[in-house]
Amino acid sequence: MLRLPRFQYETPRETGHAVALLARYGQDALPVSGGTDLYANMKQGLFTPKVVVALGRIADLRFIRYDAAHGLRIGALTTLAELAGHETVRTRYRALALAAASISTPQLRSMGTAGGNICLDTRCFYYNQNADWREALGYCLKKDGEICRVATSSTRCLAVNSSDLAPALQAFDATVHIASPGGERLVKIADFYRDDGRHAATLEPGEIVTAFTIPAPPVQTRSAYRKLRLRDSFDFPLAGVAAVVQLDGDGICSEARVVLNAVGPRPIEILGARAALIGTRLEPDALANAAESAFAAGKPMENAATSLLYRKRMLRVFARRALGDLAFF
Amino acid sequence: MIGKRLPRIDAYAKATGQAVYADDMALPRMLFGKLLRSTRAHAQIVRIDCSDALRCPGVVAIADGSELPVRYGILPSSQDETVFAIGKVRYVGEPIAAVVAEDELLAQQALSRIRVEYAPLPSVMTIEDALRDDLPKIHEDSRKAGNVHKEAHLVFGDLEAGFAAADHVFEDDYFYEGNTHAAMEEHSALAQCSDGKITIWTSSQTPHYLHRIAASVLDVPAARLRIVAPFIGGGFGGKTEPFHHELAAAHLARKTGRPVKFTLTREEVFYAHRGRHPVKMKIKTGVKNDGTITACHLQTWLDGGAYGSYGIASTYYTGALTPVTYEIPAYAFDGCRVYTNKPPCGPKRGHGTPQPRFAVEAQLDKIADALGLDAAEYRKRIAVEPHSRSVNGLRITSCGLRECIDAVSDRTHYQRKHAALPLGRGIGLAASTYMCGAGLPIYWNAMPHSAAIVKADRGGGVTVYCGVSECGQGSQNMLAVIVAETLGIDTKDVSVCAGDTDLAPVDLGSYSSRVTFMAGNAARQAADSVRAQIDAVDPERTMPFPQAVALAEARFGPLVGVGSYTPPKDLSGDYKGSGVGPSPAYSYSACVAEVSVDLETGRVDIEKITLAHDIGRSLNPAMVEGQIEGGVYMGVGEAFFEASTFRDVLHLTPNLLEYKTPTSLDTPDVDTIIVETDDPEGPFGAKEVGQGPLVPIVPAIANAIADAIGVRLNATPFTPERILKAVANNDRALRLHAQAKP
Repeated sequence: MLRLPRFQYETPRETGHAVALLARYGQDALPVSGGTDLYANMKQGLFTPKVVVALGRIADLRFIRYDAAHGLRIGALTTLAELAGHETVRTRYRALALAAASISTPQLRSMGTAGGNICLDTRCFYYNQNADWREALGYCLKKDGEICRVATSSTRCLAVNSSDLAPALQAFDATVHIASPGGERLVKIADFYRDDGRHAATLEPGEIVTAFTIPAPPVQTRSAYRKLRLRDSFDFPLAGVAAVVQLDGDGICSEARVVLNAVGPRPIEILGARAALIGTRLEPDALANAAESAFAAGKPMENAATSLLYRKRMLRVFARRALGDLAFF
Repeated sequence: MIGKRLPRIDAYAKATGQAVYADDMALPRMLFGKLLRSTRAHAQIVRIDCSDALRCPGVVAIADGSELPVRYGILPSSQDETVFAIGKVRYVGEPIAAVVAEDELLAQQALSRIRVEYAPLPSVMTIEDALRDDLPKIHEDSRKAGNVHKEAHLVFGDLEAGFAAADHVFEDDYFYEGNTHAAMEEHSALAQCSDGKITIWTSSQTPHYLHRIAASVLDVPAARLRIVAPFIGGGFGGKTEPFHHELAAAHLARKTGRPVKFTLTREEVFYAHRGRHPVKMKIKTGVKNDGTITACHLQTWLDGGAYGSYGIASTYYTGALTPVTYEIPAYAFDGCRVYTNKPPCGPKRGHGTPQPRFAVEAQLDKIADALGLDAAEYRKRIAVEPHSRSVNGLRITSCGLRECIDAVSDRTHYQRKHAALPLGRGIGLAASTYMCGAGLPIYWNAMPHSAAIVKADRGGGVTVYCGVSECGQGSQNMLAVIVAETLGIDTKDVSVCAGDTDLAPVDLGSYSSRVTFMAGNAARQAADSVRAQIDAVDPERTMPFPQAVALAEARFGPLVGVGSYTPPKDLSGDYKGSGVGPSPAYSYSACVAEVSVDLETGRVDIEKITLAHDIGRSLNPAMVEGQIEGGVYMGVGEAFFEASTFRDVLHLTPNLLEYKTPTSLDTPDVDTIIVETDDPEGPFGAKEVGQGPLVPIVPAIANAIADAIGVRLNATPFTPERILKAVANNDRALRLHAQAKP
């Protein structure tokens, strides 16, 4: 197998200590939680941190709490398996549980964490390769090169945000809690990512994600997550669609969020879908119109399995199916 | 013992982690080696500068092609490789040099300090380009046109008359994508040089062939060279020839005087490759109104990658077994293998036969459809007879093809379901054959193909020595069962010493599904000899075994029996190319696939695979079923996911995340049916099961998809995109199909 390069390994037990370590080592340090993304990337030479700050022993970042007043709060070190299996998450935040359950394999869900998943490095066929391969290619915009191999004229990196949780969290309008050297800051997950695969997450050096919060959903909230992939396990999304709707007492849709992921460097909320759904009873026509908006808005590139045309075409199908899951709840 | 579902003798060691694989081994003062691999697909090597790398911390030695100039190749007729590229590189990933260092990481780090100056050459990446005359030759000394490696042209019977007598002639083009073995264990080799004698412990399916070739490449007498194959974590044909890292390990162990280990990374395994050839095919078949075949002309073009490997044999294999399933009175075969700037292709489970089998069985289904014939009955009607000869001269003995077709069609109610399921659901049938061992060895010789020694100890323990290589298929268990059965003892009292060129007599290796048939017969003969000596002192067989052994030893001396197996001579006709295809027996398989197709996403779900296999005699049904299931899963992977994909000159997916093999969630229920025909020459009547069951899977699935959507796919893998495209391009066919469906 590929070997990990040597590095200094720090195991802080408190968030403040972790942040202090990351601040002290600056660009030389990276945080790791489950390690399912970072270590594989380090083996391929994509990251060469001198110091790895392991967050796994910070016990108070591993929790799921819910109450009607404050809603849901998820510690960043909650494993994906815990999230997928949590009763309240499964019933009240179904899309989030489905998204968590769809990630990779049972083994990796036991290691991978919620915080790690939203901080996944963006992915691309021309990037997730080992050093020799990238040398043979001549490198790319995301790492060591000048040219985007996906679209040679692009000035920004088109690597794909492959988080399954991100679109579900965004559809629930989640807030990301970030510990910084200057204290805690909060950011809506919709603003957490940039539209550039090189630096997709807006974390500054020294910052770590500590938790997510989601308001308590109104009674008549329904949610769904659908994921395009070639195999039923192991695979990153080739497209992910999360949808959340709220219905009033008469069954009329009063709020709707449809979010796509894995078709660009950040999740995309489909505003046209919101417009198409609000005020309807989720009739087939409304669902079809919303799905059409998703199809129009998503612009996948030729940088993952299957062709971009296929992924594009599947956006309509998967959006309609996700919305269909809501209609036949 | 025979026919019982006994746990295999290595089950405990494997389940508990005691089993030792090459990479588990370590020796005192061991060094680690890493190969520097080419980053160019086709280029002259202007200069290699190792001076910086030699000064890196922990580096002990570096070797390049100047130290190992001897050319080799698994086939005597394709000696086109060297351990390290000399003068030029021919694919991205080709080894150029090796570093050995105190640990693996230091060796890896030093690689980046070796400077290679290249002068690029245009690369040749497709069969079409390889057939052109205006591109550079990948092998300059080849006298063939363009980048052709091998051409084969064979004609049997009167082809012209056959087509003239046909009522219908069907002509179709097919393409079968290349793919790789993806064995769980990455190749690993550990070498030690002690007092002039070199030992290589290596995950090799063919220790004997490595023994011969390493002696030549390293220029040491074979007597001073020992090859040991420990447990192997899967082979599937991917470990059946000498590899660069094995020879480099031996060379560098000799050079440094210290043990040297190389373990490939997963990416390197994709470059070592020797996987399934991508094959373009044209098949023209003439039939009477009742479907009787009057003539068949098969043309194949194999994309061989940069080196010969088994390619000459692979080329003939794409033609040889076509007439071994159905009666074909006139048959022509034209095969052509080309060199391209890609990792070399070679043998993978089914070696050269799954590709044409896809063409043959898909076209046969189409013929049945066109002529209004029931596809199962039709195949049975034209099936070859047991104890017959095919038009290309191959001797057929036991043949359960009809029984297999009956078994799968009865079990699945194929006849009732075919063409009667709702749109999007389908059922498909295909049949196939495979060899039980190549009738000829790779290098010409008159010696046995397999030999065994059985030794009985006074304490009642019995050891069988045989050169077979245990690559997970259960060859050691097979030897133990045959010897235990013959001597009337428990398999737990049998030790197997295998895969060691010093300790065990030669067996040619774990390839071509030859081990049960050939080593099994050798072991049985050896055990019979011991049995005869024991029977002489205990004719009534009443004594406890240890007592009988002691008495026999007192009378005859050390109680040893030897046995060997050499295939009969008259297995094929006498023509150039007749060396590929003959086998002492053929296994037969039939498969029914049941699928449902999502017409919106193009995704196919396999509901069930039912597979009947004529094994002759099942020595251990649990292991036979295991092999069938393994073949099915591998076939499902080839049908839907697996593809050696290149973007420009780079392998796009050299890892197990993006090179998609099916997970447990992507594999269907498998219903296995064992058909026994009691082969007259197999050990206890047994034939092979390691490769044959894979062969009909892909065409059965193709035929099921055609039944589901009314469109036939002529290229693998059957990706969702291809399905959608097929549906979109055949809108009318789909609508007609929908109308015909209930």
